[in-house]
Amino acid sequence: MPAIVQGARVVCSGARLNPDEDELPNNLHPGTSVNGSMSSSLVEARGLTKYFDELVAVDGIDFDVAEGEAFGFLGPNGAGKSSTMRMIGAVSPVTAGTLAVLGMDPAVDGPKIRARLGVVPQEDNLDQELSVYENLLIYGRYFGLSKNVIDERAAELLQFAQLEDRRDSPVEPLSGGMKRRLTIARGLINQPDLLLLDEPTTGLDPQARHLLWDRLYRLKQQGVTLIITTHYMDEAEQLCDRLVIMDKGNIAAEGAPRDLIERYSTREVLELRFPVGTQAVNAARLDGIAKKTEVLPDRVLLYTDDADFAHTKVLEVGLIPESTVSRRSTLEDVFLRLTGRSLVD
Amino acid sequence: MAGNPDAAGTVDLVSSTLAARAVPAPVLAGGGAVRMLERNYLVYRRIWPVIISGFFEPIFYLFSIGIGIGALVGDVTIANGELVDYTAFVAPALLAASAMNGAVFESTFNIFFKLKYGKVYDAILSTPMKTRDIAIGEIAWSLGRGLIYASAFILVMAAMGLIESPWGILALPATLLIGFAFAACGMAATTFMNSWQDFDLVNLIVLPLFLFSATFYPLSVYPDIFQTLTQLSPLYHGVQLIRSFTLGTLSIDLFGHIAFLVAMGGVGSYITSRRLEKLLLS
Ligand SMILES: Nc1ncnc2c1ncn2[C@@H]1O[C@H](COP(=O)(O)OP(=O)(O)OP(=O)(O)O)[C@@H](O)[C@H]1O
Ligand SMILES: [Mg+2]
Repeated sequence: MPAIVQGARVVCSGARLNPDEDELPNNLHPGTSVNGSMSSSLVEARGLTKYFDELVAVDGIDFDVAEGEAFGFLGPNGAGKSSTMRMIGAVSPVTAGTLAVLGMDPAVDGPKIRARLGVVPQEDNLDQELSVYENLLIYGRYFGLSKNVIDERAAELLQFAQLEDRRDSPVEPLSGGMKRRLTIARGLINQPDLLLLDEPTTGLDPQARHLLWDRLYRLKQQGVTLIITTHYMDEAEQLCDRLVIMDKGNIAAEGAPRDLIERYSTREVLELRFPVGTQAVNAARLDGIAKKTEVLPDRVLLYTDDADFAHTKVLEVGLIPESTVSRRSTLEDVFLRLTGRSLVD
Repeated sequence: MAGNPDAAGTVDLVSSTLAARAVPAPVLAGGGAVRMLERNYLVYRRIWPVIISGFFEPIFYLFSIGIGIGALVGDVTIANGELVDYTAFVAPALLAASAMNGAVFESTFNIFFKLKYGKVYDAILSTPMKTRDIAIGEIAWSLGRGLIYASAFILVMAAMGLIESPWGILALPATLLIGFAFAACGMAATTFMNSWQDFDLVNLIVLPLFLFSATFYPLSVYPDIFQTLTQLSPLYHGVQLIRSFTLGTLSIDLFGHIAFLVAMGGVGSYITSRRLEKLLLS
């Protein structure tokens, strides 16, 4: 499979850290290590800020995205994820702070940056007046690719997106999952250095989500750098090597999913559901059982390293919840701990 | 899916060659407007009957008003005192008016749909394309369509002996200029529209322009005050321009008409480009 070899070569070469050095193979180039030191980032934001008139959408955030990683923005509605993505995508001017994408300033080199990005926006914006294949064709043309090159890639991408049998179908009747996969395929037509995915699976049924995750996982394995926003903690855990938790335009925490859970939560969680309206009253009687007790409108969460043990303690107190669930801690718990609110409302 | 479940994974999705990574020069140099034309070509090659229909409108007018009313009216006296057959008088005006209608329709309804509902431009702007490419490309597309209609109409006019001067050939570029002026302003106006209701306003402007731009009778039939008002109508300048060419009544005024339309198109294009940037790159 020559394609894999080719792809792998690029991944190993750690290339593309400096766009001006493209002419030389990296292993011959002075000062660039063969294994691609992570000293330079594909995206570098410092004090990145976005205002819409008076409204602060992004409030001075810092982050770096290294080559080859899958980087996530996890946050609830209105956290500023899309605003950040659009700034990275060089389609939304930065209000304050600095942003470098692929070593360039979006305000100066927007078209040059966009030439090397793949973008999957939150809302599908496929061309409704064109067929599946024509969407890939014209999008490739926007990048100035020749029809021959596009045809070759379109064939591969349709296979990747599992849309080969829908090649000549209009876009409109495709299912949500198919549209999403086509949008991703479209975003790959220019063989981007960086793929931006804004809530890739929101609104899809579980089966369609899993299929999409599988596709994204393949991309990751091929070394495509991914930036993903999501408000699904399972998606973030599945796909992201590293993520930031965003809330109200700020970054609340940053790290690998497992690290964040270790840092901000206990190993396990015991969820107790009491009759409506009695969560707080009952929670008050559970003092001291868990390291931390969190009262939600519909249930009480006990943070503990041993959920079973906590459960026996609850029964000893004489409380009998309507239902009990013991589970591992997730990013959802991290978010709750950091912001006092749930991710999905 | 054929036998090998992993086949899809072998796709070379990572940017691999140095050549592929180099940004194609024409895109960065602004050749992007051509891509916009390609996109519209892809759409319209499937619905080409829509395009054909635009050809009939001025022809119908010509037959009903030109020939029908012409039979009643006979000749009209134009500015330089000459007597002209009514059909030959009204035909160039109908050409100018259809250039306006085509450009306005294309640049308002169609553009509004793409802007607000189709999100076509959002997608385009996530590539190296720029708002200027979109503005120029869309205006050029609308002109291209107009050119086809105008050519057909001019041929019909020639066949009916309504072109009385070799200067008539310049009627073709003149329709392009009218199309440019109206397409640019129509698109600029569209960027300010919020709902389909706003299009009533478009009709409210276009219809009086059509009726009161010395389209159906010479300017001299009006009292002075209306004559002055009429001269503010962009279509009036278009009508005068084409009429001068097909009747061969050239005068220094032509430069004024041309300047008016060029300025209108220039301002419209500029506003369109700026507004698209504000709307789409926020
Ligand atoms: N074009 C815009 N004009 C005005 N306000 C905007 C615009 N885009 C976003 N906002 C506001 O900025 C804030 C952040 O929005 P943003 O879309 O970045 O959030 P998000 O994290 O992507 O949310 P979601 O999960 O709902 O997509 C919100 O309050 C939103 O209303
Ligand atoms: Mg969003």
